[in-house]
Amino acid sequence: MFNFKNVRYKNILDIENLHIEKNKVSCIVGESGSGKTTLLKLFNKLISPDGGEIRYQDKEIKEMDSVILRREVVMLPQSPAIYKGTVRENLIIGLKFSEKDNIPEDDTLIKILEEVNLTKSLDDDAEKMSGGEQQRLALGRIILLDPNVYLLDEPSSALDEETERLVIEKMVDHVKTTKKTLIMVTHTKRIAKEFGDSIVEVKKGKIAYQGDVDNE
Amino acid sequence: MNSIIELNIMQVASAYIFSLIVLIIVKVRGISREKEIIISTIRMTLQLIFTGYVLVYIFENMNPWITVLVIIAMEIFAINNIYKRTKGELSKKMKTIIAGSMAAGTLASLIFFLFVVIKISPWYNPRYFIPIAGMLIGNSMTGISLGVDRLVDGMNSKKHMVESSLMLGATPKTASKEIVDNTFDSAILPTINSMVGMGIVFLPGMMTGQILSGTSPVTAIEYQIAIMMGILGSVSLTVILFVQLGYRTFFNKEDQLILSEEE
Repeated sequence: MFNFKNVRYKNILDIENLHIEKNKVSCIVGESGSGKTTLLKLFNKLISPDGGEIRYQDKEIKEMDSVILRREVVMLPQSPAIYKGTVRENLIIGLKFSEKDNIPEDDTLIKILEEVNLTKSLDDDAEKMSGGEQQRLALGRIILLDPNVYLLDEPSSALDEETERLVIEKMVDHVKTTKKTLIMVTHTKRIAKEFGDSIVEVKKGKIAYQGDVDNE
Repeated sequence: MNSIIELNIMQVASAYIFSLIVLIIVKVRGISREKEIIISTIRMTLQLIFTGYVLVYIFENMNPWITVLVIIAMEIFAINNIYKRTKGELSKKMKTIIAGSMAAGTLASLIFFLFVVIKISPWYNPRYFIPIAGMLIGNSMTGISLGVDRLVDGMNSKKHMVESSLMLGATPKTASKEIVDNTFDSAILPTINSMVGMGIVFLPGMMTGQILSGTSPVTAIEYQIAIMMGILGSVSLTVILFVQLGYRTFFNKEDQLILSEEE
């Protein structure tokens, strides 16, 4: 699905080869400062490499419209933005951004909240929620967008261990049942091994390892 | 109507007593501002005397070239003043947008105001052209100055929000809409506030000047209403041009945030 060849980005990343498979859960691991977030941003053209080639579904992403690509390959940052307004408004804002007209009924939105393990009313003030709750709300927001590829940057960094497991498990289930692709940066190898189909290890801006979890 | 009281040199000189009072106050209270007060008093005096003689010359020797030159000089001065007043370093592209928005916005409003509202004749009549241009350019300058700071601050402090919106598939325009709207709002707010208080809280300078020089208050008010509309139009037009073009300077042609943070 994604192929990187000789991709360089400033003095942060230098990737000879990287292959991400379709309909799989790929986990990017590595120490902080190794270039994981920067790598994630390359997938949907939030940044462009200084050299090399990145292909998505056999098309060079350099040739693709950035905004259209980002609507297919949606990213969730480590500390997601929460917009002024209610939980409902925060859930549907992604649909508005991507100019999708079919705003779902409350029932659908409530189901999404359940999926991310969030027991909040749709009318609650999103800005008054805790960090962990906001992170789950933002996760719900991108599930609602139903993109082809999910890019998640440490989606569970503000959650306790139990909630983290639960949320990631549900997320991975969702991706598998809807036959989507998930690329997830995680700080714990444990999560990568438990939920990932393949692991990409980044070390000082280079790919130190890539392969199936079972083979490691 | 009462005849106008012409001020003689001694009467004008006696007004300096106010400056003297301020000097005494700051001296007594130990506020070290004497130098600034003296310099500003002298500067104001010299600048006004100079401008007075220049205006007398321009009014007596009406010439389209002189009028046009004065307007160009005003624009250049105003644009440079905006560059100087803004807090951070401005990019070359941003400077071009500021200059372009100022020139286009103020000139369009000025032309409409002079030729459609007042219908001046000849078209370059400096008695109307210069003071009205001064008011439109001056107010637009204040508007854009506020706008530049607000836009740069907004884009820097909310870059995380803007980038998060891009990640969700927003266009740069949608991602920065809130910042752009806030910028426009804060830039035109002083003009709107001054309109609200006008005539009750204070009498505007132009109207006061006209009344003191013997014009009927009704005529002065007609002019004041018209000029306020002109100022509002000019400030809005320059600021909307500026924000519509200005926000784009924070994105590249790949719709990426230029000040994007790295891991």
